[in-house]
Amino acid sequence: MSGWAIPAAICLGLAAGVLSGVFGVGGGILFVPTLLLLGLGQVEAGATSLLAIVPTAATGVLRQRAYGNLRARAALVIGVISIVGAEIGVQIATRVDEDVLRRAFGVLLVLVAARLGLGVLRQTRRYPDVS
Amino acid sequence: MRREAAPMVARLALIGLVAGVFSAVFGVGGGIVLVPLLISLVGMETHQAAATSLGAILVTATAGVVLYAARGEVRWGYALLVGLPAVAGAVVGAHVQQRLSGHTLTLAFSALLAVIGIRLIAL
Repeated sequence: MSGWAIPAAICLGLAAGVLSGVFGVGGGILFVPTLLLLGLGQVEAGATSLLAIVPTAATGVLRQRAYGNLRARAALVIGVISIVGAEIGVQIATRVDEDVLRRAFGVLLVLVAARLGLGVLRQTRRYPDVS
Repeated sequence: MRREAAPMVARLALIGLVAGVFSAVFGVGGGIVLVPLLISLVGMETHQAAATSLGAILVTATAGVVLYAARGEVRWGYALLVGLPAVAGAVVGAHVQQRLSGHTLTLAFSALLAVIGIRLIAL
């Protein structure tokens, strides 16, 4: 590991936390590449990223609860069921072409982004003083 | 209210299922799937959706860690190295989020989705 890897990892960790706090994502999108950069294997990086997500998400949850944004029961239901979903996902992932799936999901995300974004812009134009 | 309770649980369960499948298949976290689904299927405001997404991720990630740790795949030192700065970042991020309007947050979130989507297509 070269000398700049650790400071870079700390900076990327910080950025992952900010991303998590602002958008309600886990931060794995930055944790995993950072851990790969540090020399971990793909599976280890995924597993270690999950551990890093726990305190990050816990901090965000506590802050959000204080702000009054958290719907705790809904979060619990979704969280528990998604463990089941992940098990199903693992079965699917081993059976289909990964590249095709990944691109299809990418297209879906872009479409959702466009819908969310355009929805906001349209609303803002209709009610200009509501922002 | 009572009549709406059951479909709501079903909707939440569906969201959990979809997020779990997507995160396992595509290797992306549940958050980018959870937030839009909470907005469109449950009608949550964006701040609420992001907060609730984090709560769900906390549950799922904890379960995942237990499973992977049992197989010896978790590197604790490395998790601390990126996780500790991330805790500080999360406090800052939540603070920033609280100051953003719903519109701005939704626009920023859709930009994030678009970037991730394009990266997945181009990869």
